[in-house]
Amino acid sequence: MDFGISISPSSRIDLDNLKRDKWLKLIKIEPDALKCIACGSCCASCTGGIFTNVSLRSAILFLQNGKEEEALKLLKGCMLCGKCQMICPRGINTRHLIISINKIYSDEK
Amino acid sequence: MKSFINILQITPSEVIDRITDSYSNFVLPFVIGISFIIIYLTVGFIRIVYHLPNRDKKKFFLSLITPKCILKNIKNIFFDCLLHTKIWKRNPLLGYMHSAIAFGWFLLIVLGHIEVALFVPKHLSFSQGAIFYPIFYRFFVWVNPEHITLRGNLFFFLMDFVLLYVLSGIGLAMFKRVRSIALGMRHTTKPALADRVALYSLWLIFPLRLLAESFTADVAGGSFLTRPMNYIFRSFFGNYLNFLPTWWAYSICLGLFFLAMPFSRYMHIVTEPLLILMRNAGLKVTKPRKGFAEAEIYSCSSCGLCIDACPMNVQKKNLKFSSVYFIRFLRRHNTKKINQIAEKCLLCNKCYELCPVGVDSPAIRIAQRQTLYNKISYDFSSACSPSHRNTSEKTNKGGILYFAGCMTQLTPVIIRSIEDIFKKAGENYSFIDKDGGLCCGRPLMMAGRMSAAKELIQKNKEIIINSGAKKLVLSCPICYKIFKEEYRLEEYGIQVIHYSEYIYNLIKEGIITPNKENVSYVYHDPCELGRGCNIYNEPRSIIESVGILKAAKKERDESICCGGSLGSLTLDHKDRTQVTEGALDNLTASGGEKIVTACPLCYKTFRLQSKLEIVDLAQIVAERLNGRQS
Repeated sequence: MDFGISISPSSRIDLDNLKRDKWLKLIKIEPDALKCIACGSCCASCTGGIFTNVSLRSAILFLQNGKEEEALKLLKGCMLCGKCQMICPRGINTRHLIISINKIYSDEK
Repeated sequence: MKSFINILQITPSEVIDRITDSYSNFVLPFVIGISFIIIYLTVGFIRIVYHLPNRDKKKFFLSLITPKCILKNIKNIFFDCLLHTKIWKRNPLLGYMHSAIAFGWFLLIVLGHIEVALFVPKHLSFSQGAIFYPIFYRFFVWVNPEHITLRGNLFFFLMDFVLLYVLSGIGLAMFKRVRSIALGMRHTTKPALADRVALYSLWLIFPLRLLAESFTADVAGGSFLTRPMNYIFRSFFGNYLNFLPTWWAYSICLGLFFLAMPFSRYMHIVTEPLLILMRNAGLKVTKPRKGFAEAEIYSCSSCGLCIDACPMNVQKKNLKFSSVYFIRFLRRHNTKKINQIAEKCLLCNKCYELCPVGVDSPAIRIAQRQTLYNKISYDFSSACSPSHRNTSEKTNKGGILYFAGCMTQLTPVIIRSIEDIFKKAGENYSFIDKDGGLCCGRPLMMAGRMSAAKELIQKNKEIIINSGAKKLVLSCPICYKIFKEEYRLEEYGIQVIHYSEYIYNLIKEGIITPNKENVSYVYHDPCELGRGCNIYNEPRSIIESVGILKAAKKERDESICCGGSLGSLTLDHKDRTQVTEGALDNLTASGGEKIVTACPLCYKTFRLQSKLEIVDLAQIVAERLNGRQS
């Protein structure tokens, strides 16, 4: 009988084991990464977001939690149109941030 | 008639070789210098052509034998390399300075050779010192004072006159080093070491030539400049011992100049003709450092006109990001600095527009970005899949398509205004990205991700062609530029126009007639629309039909980027606001009531900072139409 209950995989993140060198490299190249307040304006205005799951907000959160693969997946559909840059209330240089994340995290896999 | 023939006949006794074997050791520095530069140039030319892609090689050589192209080449080389009309237009004094040195020196060389050809033609053969003899002609000859003809005197006069012309240019150049603003330049380049060596030897060449020719004026002839100097010098030197040292000095300066030339800014003298030939052949920059780009890099004269042009120069710390320093680092292969500058640039193209040589440094920057970012993986498969939009159905046969583009989606007022105008004009239109669409690909291209951009271009093209429309109206200049240059929709019978052209045509044909009101407007030329697509007049004439047009301090091809440009990757928010402020100061100087622009990106950027009201071109037209109706 199915009660709708099962054992789910652990979603625990062990931040002690996180390798932060890539993150540190990223914030050295684009310090704006630290400015994000995860308000979601970027996702709301995103051109690619209508068709795909592009989300800079989630990508930054994922990176801070060490989920690099997931973060990269969220940026694959970005067309660099720059709308999020115009919208961002924190004035983050989003286009450079996206391009730097892509470069740093996918180059040195 | 008989006397005329007498003048043309060579009088054998007029000019006699003073030095028996027509050689003296002092010519050596010059000969070494000129041989070095000739070898260097030959190797350089072969290297540049070798690195061209095969298709470009064919194009280049074909253009050299096409009559139409040959005529264009000759015209461009004459006006751009010798007279430098572009510098004259920038500032007459600067133009005079440059053409005095460049064209004057050219005349000296040509006249010297003609003189040799007329009086001692045997010295034009290689074995008789053709390399150096015409340059040091005055040293080697003795003019028989009994037999000087009118023709001889004419040449004495011409040589002195041209030398004076060159010297006046050199004087101005020295003055410019001290106070460049007098010649219309707020900033000028800091010369590097090789530049300094070449610069100072260039400055010395002509005064030394004057000195050397003055000493020999009583022997080899001279005119209003050299003869009086000769009298003065003779009166207190009293002998001919100073002949040789001055000619040595003159020759050493020439040699030094040629030796320093390949490593200095003066490489532009010889590379510019090659650049003109290649540009007229239709070559484009593909690699940032090799082939055509190398010709561009070496054609940069390091004049620094681009420093004043750059919109980032409102902050002094940004002066180092100008094109002139970008190209200097490219020449030195300093990759770190090259990347830094390439990523910083706003790609507003103003430096390219104002460059007297026409070095397309924004294109080199994009090529450099490609080396950095083209490999980044992308995935547009879900956005480009056909399930998202119905591409097979002919939705709008023979009608108008409106593509708003990403940025216009952020400014609903522009979309609303354009739709109003469509309705008033009674057009059969469809708005293809009403519920969001794909990006045009230009932002990806500017970030150097060419292959990703190509995919978007392909998809957009499919959608537009399948709709069956005949006309595509765009409201964003960024889209407009790439649609014109990369999409090739004309091949499918689709006309691509920006809405400023569209409204202009409607008003001209009398389909819509907006009311004219007593409001003054300043028009801001968006970079991509003005310098990018050469549309300056249509928006202005639209504004004139709805209000009063006031000129900005700098406009048309000199307009200043709004600071929101998608070209720059690393310029941060704080620096961008500075650029915007500079652009707004330029627009508000003439005292217009409202600022009009024709680009959603400029509109959005200005609105955040401007004290004046910012309006869009379509908006002011649509408002006037409503007024008439109600």
